[in-house]
Amino acid sequence: MCLGIPGEVVEILVDRPDLAMVDVSGVKRAINIGLLDKGEVGPGDWVLIHVGFAMSKIDEEEAKAAMEFLEGIGQAYEEEMAALLESRIE
Amino acid sequence: MRFVDEFRDAAKARALSAQISALCEPGRHYKFMEVCGGHTHTIYKHGLEDYLPETVTLVHGPGCPVCVIPMGRVDDAIAIAEQPDVIMTTFGDMMRVPGGNGSFLDANAAGADIRMVYSPLDSLKIARENPDKRVVFMAIGFETTAPSTAMTVLRAAAEGLENFSIFCNHVTIIPAIKAILDSPDLRLDGFIGPGHVSTVIGCRPYDFIARDHNKPLVCAGFEPLDILQSVYQLLIQLAEGRSEVENQYSRVVPWDGNPRALKAIGETMELRPYFEWRGLGFISHSALQVREAYAVHDAERVFDVPGVRVADPKACQCGEVLKGVLKPWECKVFGTACTPETPIGTCMVSSEGACAAYYNFGRFSRDRVRQATALPSPTVRVPSS
Repeated sequence: MCLGIPGEVVEILVDRPDLAMVDVSGVKRAINIGLLDKGEVGPGDWVLIHVGFAMSKIDEEEAKAAMEFLEGIGQAYEEEMAALLESRIE
Repeated sequence: MRFVDEFRDAAKARALSAQISALCEPGRHYKFMEVCGGHTHTIYKHGLEDYLPETVTLVHGPGCPVCVIPMGRVDDAIAIAEQPDVIMTTFGDMMRVPGGNGSFLDANAAGADIRMVYSPLDSLKIARENPDKRVVFMAIGFETTAPSTAMTVLRAAAEGLENFSIFCNHVTIIPAIKAILDSPDLRLDGFIGPGHVSTVIGCRPYDFIARDHNKPLVCAGFEPLDILQSVYQLLIQLAEGRSEVENQYSRVVPWDGNPRALKAIGETMELRPYFEWRGLGFISHSALQVREAYAVHDAERVFDVPGVRVADPKACQCGEVLKGVLKPWECKVFGTACTPETPIGTCMVSSEGACAAYYNFGRFSRDRVRQATALPSPTVRVPSS
């Protein structure tokens, strides 16, 4: 639960501007972007996601490095991704 | 398993290692505390202690949210879960944390409806879909997680979802650091500051450490190089006689934190007069509770909560590990009676707990030949922060 996972914003939901569809390692899930400034992120931007909320906008290089790091830490990351797969935020 | 020589930029790590050694005064011992459990995980996973001179010790701090939950709070949560029509929801990390009368996993096996969720918003969805049930979210974590809980409470209030409440166990990092600084057991030379917590609170709340205690703090990222770089920055400060707050993780951590997150916390939660931390005991103003305006979403107001204090098992020395006084392997039951499969203490449960991290990775690291003795080229440039 303490991991920050990088995701790429795919779209901001039209009827729910506080939610965004993001791509995390090929998994697409809705997350909440209400902790970021309005208009701070759009499609193509990267965010650091923590328990379903975007905590900060990051650049692509940081996102790649963070993902590489997470994939290397093993079990904790796998558990986080398994939990994310079950997530259906709306 | 990836070892230290496989991580990115191993050459840079060796160069940093050499520069760290060069900064150490002969005969002086240095003790730095990494506050965050995520850092502990990285240190053991990548065997970073092998990259540091013998005179630099990293001690592990209390920054593992699962580890600091006292047993009585687990019992309270289970007591709530066992009440009629309750669905208890929790992060997966909490499932095996032992209370005085077993864990969530045990309670679930005995018939309580306890479900793992990824996000408090998943818990809210369960409440929406089960209007005849009372859905409780076991809220744990430092300031990293508190904003997500706060935003979820705000959402529940906006939707009028009165069957959703949180059992609030959010803790705040600054009082824990203060307690450690005031403890006579430990003499520290500086801190590796938490990365994600600082994303929310920023770097200013640490000022007192540098100003009043004359100890440097460097907010650090989670990759091996981030941590080595932070040790290097701490040593430079000490060599120059400075004690300042520095931000090594500025690519993610804004100096002023996340104002929206702080606002959401402030709107829905307030400081408790005191809260018990496993190992650290009762600490004043160290945890959050739900504000009265959101009473309907506060499980402690909605349900009868026993609130009984339960002493830790005698054999367990998590408290000493959380304060950095003992290394995991110095605990009497480490790796024998207490393992990740059958944990006695919380530090063995969470992957961020020092004991679990050491059990899974550290044992191998210590057996390895020290690789840092080869190589270093003093001309290699140090990565800037």
